[in-house]
Amino acid sequence: MESIKTLNKKRSGPVLFSEYKQGEGVKKALEMGRENILFELKGSGLKGRGGAGFPTATKWMLSAASNSDKKFIVCNADEGEPGTFKDRVLLLEYPELVFEGMIIAGYTIGAKNGILYLRGEYEYMLKSLEDYLELLRKDNLLGINILGKKDFNFDINIRLGSGAYVCGEETALIESLEGYRGEPRNRPPYPVNTGYLGHPTVVNNVETLASVPHILIKGGDWFRKHGTDKSTGSKLFSVSGDCEKPGVYELSWGTSINELLELVEAKNTKAVQVGGASGTCLPKSQFHRVLGYEDVATGGSIMIFNESRNMLKVLKNFMKFFVEESCGQCTPCRIGNTKLLEAVEKIENDDFTFLYINNLKELGRTMQVASKCGLGQSSPNSFISILENFKDEIFGSKGKGRKNG
Amino acid sequence: MVKRENERIPVSQQPFVVDKPTDLTTIGGTVSVQINEKKITVPLGTTILEACQINQIHIPTLCHHPDLCIAGVCRVCVVEVEKMRTLQTACSFPITSPIKINTSTEMVRKARRHIIDLLLSEHYGECYSCFRNGNCELQNLAKEYGVDNYTFGHVETPRYEVDRSSAAVVRDMNKCVLCKRCVRTCIDLQEVGVLEAINRGHETHVGTFLDKPLADVVCINCGQCINRCPTSALRANDPSDEIWAAIDDPKKHVVIQTAPSPRAAIGEEFGKEPGKSFTGELNTALRRIGFDRVFDTNFTADLTIMEEGTELLTRLKKAIVDKDESVKLPQFTSCSPGWVKYIEHFYPEFLEYLSSAKSPQQMFGALIKTFYAQEAKIDPADIITVALMPCAAKKFECNRPEMFDSGFKDVDYGLTTREMAKMIREAGIYLPEMPKSHFDDPFGDASGAGLIFGATGGVMEAALRTAYELVTGREVPFKNLIIEPCRGFEGVKQASVKLENCVEQYKFLEGVDLKFVVAHGTANAKIVMEMLKKGELNDVHFVEIMACPGGCLGGGGQPIPTSAEIRAKRAEAIYEEEASLPIRKSHENPHVNYIYEKFLTEGPCGKLSHKLLHTHYIKRGKYIS
Repeated sequence: MESIKTLNKKRSGPVLFSEYKQGEGVKKALEMGRENILFELKGSGLKGRGGAGFPTATKWMLSAASNSDKKFIVCNADEGEPGTFKDRVLLLEYPELVFEGMIIAGYTIGAKNGILYLRGEYEYMLKSLEDYLELLRKDNLLGINILGKKDFNFDINIRLGSGAYVCGEETALIESLEGYRGEPRNRPPYPVNTGYLGHPTVVNNVETLASVPHILIKGGDWFRKHGTDKSTGSKLFSVSGDCEKPGVYELSWGTSINELLELVEAKNTKAVQVGGASGTCLPKSQFHRVLGYEDVATGGSIMIFNESRNMLKVLKNFMKFFVEESCGQCTPCRIGNTKLLEAVEKIENDDFTFLYINNLKELGRTMQVASKCGLGQSSPNSFISILENFKDEIFGSKGKGRKNG
Repeated sequence: MVKRENERIPVSQQPFVVDKPTDLTTIGGTVSVQINEKKITVPLGTTILEACQINQIHIPTLCHHPDLCIAGVCRVCVVEVEKMRTLQTACSFPITSPIKINTSTEMVRKARRHIIDLLLSEHYGECYSCFRNGNCELQNLAKEYGVDNYTFGHVETPRYEVDRSSAAVVRDMNKCVLCKRCVRTCIDLQEVGVLEAINRGHETHVGTFLDKPLADVVCINCGQCINRCPTSALRANDPSDEIWAAIDDPKKHVVIQTAPSPRAAIGEEFGKEPGKSFTGELNTALRRIGFDRVFDTNFTADLTIMEEGTELLTRLKKAIVDKDESVKLPQFTSCSPGWVKYIEHFYPEFLEYLSSAKSPQQMFGALIKTFYAQEAKIDPADIITVALMPCAAKKFECNRPEMFDSGFKDVDYGLTTREMAKMIREAGIYLPEMPKSHFDDPFGDASGAGLIFGATGGVMEAALRTAYELVTGREVPFKNLIIEPCRGFEGVKQASVKLENCVEQYKFLEGVDLKFVVAHGTANAKIVMEMLKKGELNDVHFVEIMACPGGCLGGGGQPIPTSAEIRAKRAEAIYEEEASLPIRKSHENPHVNYIYEKFLTEGPCGKLSHKLLHTHYIKRGKYIS
């Protein structure tokens, strides 16, 4: 624990890790009024930081327009993607940003309740977060007539997850909140219309919400100055693996893989897995590519593998993860992932044909389009990218797969 | 559009159904969409699947069932919706904007084929050794998509032990495709909640609480899950081998009673459209198979009316004349064994409200091994009684330890419609072409009142015909004896008949508004029981409850598939047959009067009746160790 803390102690960055005073964001928001908040947010170009990259302003607008007596703000703190640990830093060190983001969201869409869905393994932070909420209540940032604004009542409670990866998917998260099995729902309708208990619900990632107070205070244009045209602002990256300085970094979107590797002092890098187990694996030849929604999108997980790593083992590890973590609801994901894992094992044992491997790649493409939720849609990514980008390593040297195919 | 008969869906699923506008002429009431090359206009909120069905565009489905809420888990029905990144499931996608849909692109066909291949890879066993061979939705899909090899392999050893613990339902999870229709049936349609998905990922399977055997949980044996299972993962406990053995044994005298619902549905097993009864044909077929006597369960249905009706009048008298406050009213029917087990588990504190009359099946068993044995001069030890029922729970009922009142097991085997059809096929008989014949004496052909027991509301209608006439001396005041408020498929029906100008014996009922409630499906039974708990049924006298949606004609032993339309057609067949019968009131059945003269000489609810035709119940509760 101590080592993680010290590793994570190098905090400075353009947006999230810049100066902020508690309460400023909410105060500004109440001065601006709902429409201006949405305007500013739209101007900032902020997109969901969980990985999918849905425009935040649009999400808020849709639920603000929904007609319902009850609405909810849910902060998705079920940080479960392998190799992601940035939300933990925000929750431990910048809780004011996250909670104020929720309060602003609540004010904007007209919600009275906020729920922080905290990953089960983060139970150790529960006490400090609860204490912080108590502090906010004392300062009238939560509660009734917040900061003197008449009829603006909002409170936040914290709910713990139970360790299922799939509960990071927003609709499965809502099912879990309602007390059911964590299984994704059919979409449409989307949570912005029919979410928690059937009411309009905004589910945002921790980092998305934490960006909001900064945007309101410094303006959407200021936010846009960072990053690229299509990926505005900055992003927290959780860097792990074969490098000298792993940890959480705030970098502008548009940073290339090469630049990032240099920053964290990675040497002899063979592969970078961007976006966690559900992301893609890039070989050296693609390290010039840039991080951003338009090129290599990511929820923040960067795993670095050096020359000594066996990529097939890396892949097997990922596939085992998905076989276990699929919710088991839909066919492509439940059975498809076991078939992909089976294929990895067959490659290991030199017991396959290329026809078979191609069939499995095709299956992976079906999973990407036919699975019910993001889990099954993205789980074949690493299978396809590792087998394609590292085919020489995996198939090349031993003359494998020449039996029939 | 297919109207869902059962609109009861759990909280978590409710938001998924987009409300369709009632007035389609309003702006935004309809949407124009393009499916393949065809432009059509549909009501806002219509699913892609519904839109395709109306327009004769076939979309394969597996987890979708017209009786159940939408799941969208099998993914077989995926289609391409323009401008969407991924394929969408037709069953769950509500049309709310003018979209372009493509139901047969390369991507769609490939995805469907992959999904079928994946399901087959985990589906243990072969089609020719499966009782659903020829009536299996997975098999149909494989055929539709021309599956000729196992692209992704095939499981070679079973993963799960077959659960044969229940007298009624056999569960073989090796055949399960995890469409969760059974789960939705049990939780949403029936609100019993025995089955749920357990574990995650590849370990996911449908199971009971703590994966206990089915016999050790609160399963009511209704078998509705069997009716909706697309494969053979769920089936009834088939006793046909034992029955064949009894038929083949010259020492055994094998008699069968047939209930009205199987007769109205068995034609479906022989490729006939639903909606025609094969009563006469079935009688001949059963004799050719080798049953020694063929009796009509409706005879004991008539008897049930006499016993249960007398019991009700006795209760009313005690309550009104004797002011006995311990009398429990309303009286609930007890002919549905699924309902009986439901109340034993979920509302054991209300068991005294149940009529003590046995179900027609069990009454018949007890009479065959006593009265009939005596009349026919056969040692009851040599008699084997078989009951052809639309029901899975009847298998459990005949095995209840208290059902030995004749001194023997009253009913030896409960047989479902499906199993009967199999036996008929095995005997090389094509049922629809059989000549017609009558039932055997001494029970003969029964009244129409007994016949309509098969449809929800039937028991009530039959009881009213008799009770009203006994009390007032006149026929029920409904045209052609058709008591409309008892008919139809509304979940909970409530009505009343005023009793006026009563005969001397029943003067105490003068002016009483006889109130009754009819419910079918245990989800609706739950509503009625909650009303009872709240005291909302204090002025009601009689309640009919059937465990299965639609009543017995929708029972767990009936031909597969089932849907609201099929059940409505079966009901039509029953009502049609009834209208043509010469005797349509239980108390006018001459055979019933004969048995009260010759055998049950103390009359309904007399001492011998109580021994043979009545029973008691067990407080089971929800917690079973």
